[in-house]
Amino acid sequence: MAGALDDSGADLELVGITKRFPGFTAIENLNLTIPAGSFFALLGPSGCGKTTTLRLVAGLETPTAGRILIGGKDVTDSKPHQRPVNTVFQSYALFPHMTVLRNVAFGLYRRGVPDPLGLAHEALRLVELDHLAGRRPAQLSGGQQQRVALARAIVNKPALLLLDEPLGALDLKLRRQMQLELKSIQDDVGLTFLHVTHDQEEAMTMADTVAVMNKGEIEQMGAPEELYELPKTTFVANFLGQSNLFTGPVVSSTATSIVVDIAGTKLEVPRERAQRHAGVVTIGVRPEKLTLLTEKPKAASGVNVLGPGTVTDVSFSGVSTQYLVEMPGVGTVTVFAQNMVFGPVVNRGSEVWVSWAVGHGFGLADEEGVSPRFAPDDDTRSIAQQRRASLEAELDA
Amino acid sequence: MAFGAFSNVDTPVVEAPRRRSRAALWLLLPGVVYLGATYLAPLVSLIVTSLKAPDLVNFDIGRYVYAFDIGNYATVLGQYWPIILRSFGYAALATVFALLISYPLAYFIGVGLRKYPLWQALALILVIAPFFMSFLLRTLAWKAIFADEGPVVHFLQGLNILGSNAHLNGTPFMVVFGLTYNFIPFMALPIYTSLERLDLRYLEAGADLYANPAATFWRVTLPLSLPGVVSGTLLVFIPATGDYVNASPQFLGSTQTAMVGNVISDTYFNLQNYPASAALSIVLMVLILIPVGIYLGLTKTEDLL
Repeated sequence: MAGALDDSGADLELVGITKRFPGFTAIENLNLTIPAGSFFALLGPSGCGKTTTLRLVAGLETPTAGRILIGGKDVTDSKPHQRPVNTVFQSYALFPHMTVLRNVAFGLYRRGVPDPLGLAHEALRLVELDHLAGRRPAQLSGGQQQRVALARAIVNKPALLLLDEPLGALDLKLRRQMQLELKSIQDDVGLTFLHVTHDQEEAMTMADTVAVMNKGEIEQMGAPEELYELPKTTFVANFLGQSNLFTGPVVSSTATSIVVDIAGTKLEVPRERAQRHAGVVTIGVRPEKLTLLTEKPKAASGVNVLGPGTVTDVSFSGVSTQYLVEMPGVGTVTVFAQNMVFGPVVNRGSEVWVSWAVGHGFGLADEEGVSPRFAPDDDTRSIAQQRRASLEAELDA
Repeated sequence: MAFGAFSNVDTPVVEAPRRRSRAALWLLLPGVVYLGATYLAPLVSLIVTSLKAPDLVNFDIGRYVYAFDIGNYATVLGQYWPIILRSFGYAALATVFALLISYPLAYFIGVGLRKYPLWQALALILVIAPFFMSFLLRTLAWKAIFADEGPVVHFLQGLNILGSNAHLNGTPFMVVFGLTYNFIPFMALPIYTSLERLDLRYLEAGADLYANPAATFWRVTLPLSLPGVVSGTLLVFIPATGDYVNASPQFLGSTQTAMVGNVISDTYFNLQNYPASAALSIVLMVLILIPVGIYLGLTKTEDLL
């Protein structure tokens, strides 16, 4: 099995994966393809099903429905030790009774790979820890343990490397450093990485493709810049960075744009950047795209203007200043302004307008007053339904 | 290079000021006095007794004088070495059986029942429950169950597994059975304590690293529970070697199954040969210390497993 592995990793395909635990559904009908050799991040808040997805791929959980394919081969019914997959656990899970070297060589010994200790030393050199090969995990710092866990996984040259928030336990400085190292190791070894994290900055700096997960489903998937510049749902707009969101009815639309009425102000959004073009829609713009004006600007095409409003808070954060502007009838608008001059340009209580280029706005797909995607299914009726569905599926087969 | 910056950070070692507190010594005193009175003094007395010789001037049974008679040791070793060997054999068998029975039991309670604390507590109570009753009574109960007229023998005779004149009581099987049964809690509890703390994520890591369930058990679970196995083994082997209840003819044994404990008791109470029983006790102690020392030395190195 091991010999068949391609050095550039293998595609991972999840087809219609559903995972139910007694009392709740962790993942609902998840479809996902991760191409070989990519660095893929699953991003989401805790409890969104991302770690369950990872455990399903590793074989540590069994899906309620659906298939898992690695490199085109169905591994749904394989045991974890039979899958060409290795995991860097959140807790590292280094064997405390073995030396660092033995930990790294563990998988090689189990598969009967020739010269396991030599390869283990090589992997330790890659993470620059070969000089500590004889130590026990308990004698290492958190960052060193994390690197040993990484070496223990990549030494096996798995088709797919799973990273379960491996940087969560590290302090900020070390985490940034490890992010860069992990990225460069991925470039070196060329494996397919599946990284699970709740840290949006981590996902954006490291991954080629980010999938934002919420309530057991993937909300949006794409390159980090794409996700940030053009979020498609309220969840993505708020989870990935900050957004100013406004909801109102579409009052007119042209071939290139739609116009939304927000508390009496007409705001324009490019048609191709809006998910829905009629009815009540939510539109948004990123805080750093806004320009703060102290006088009402003249109407111009290609620019949205909102105001006047009152500055309620000014907080200085070095490179930029965050202003909170209370807009009557609209709500609070956040503006990030780069500190081009010394100190804030306006003070609390000032009357201001905000403007942004039409091209920077985006329209979201959410319907107004969306209900949760699936209600908790721990009541008798839904359990009965689940039983019935699984029974019917059995009878069909 | 970035990693290198973090690997060789010199941590200044701050030496805590050493405070010699007399209070600590005073607190140790009761323990030292207790050990001296109940362990060291009897040990010295035992050694002295083991070297005594019969009183040739005023000869009487059970009357001995101070001497330096190394011959006592030669006599007991020459006379009783088959029984000593048998004792170690029985104790070793009982230890192995107790381990084979206790490990799955402890694993079930400590790992399998982890999600159900109520059942776990109940199962633990069931393991300890036999302690609430005198072990003499329990051993006698087994004697009744395995008696020649009892249900077990009848059943086995009905299946032609046992001959019509065969016994179970008084056979080596019964002695090892009794030792195993009586010492199982001493094995199960330490192993349970080790397994109860076992982090199951190590087992997931093992499975993730291509170890099948058997390899995961052998390479991860067992080494991590080794402290419990070592203390359980010692808690069973040491007292089982010196046990004289199970092997005595009044309980599960016969004269053919006598262990060192029975001989010591016999030479002391019946023959009143105090130097011989003392010498035998010391021989037993030394002979137990040798394998235990080797065992502890071996289990200290992780390469064993």
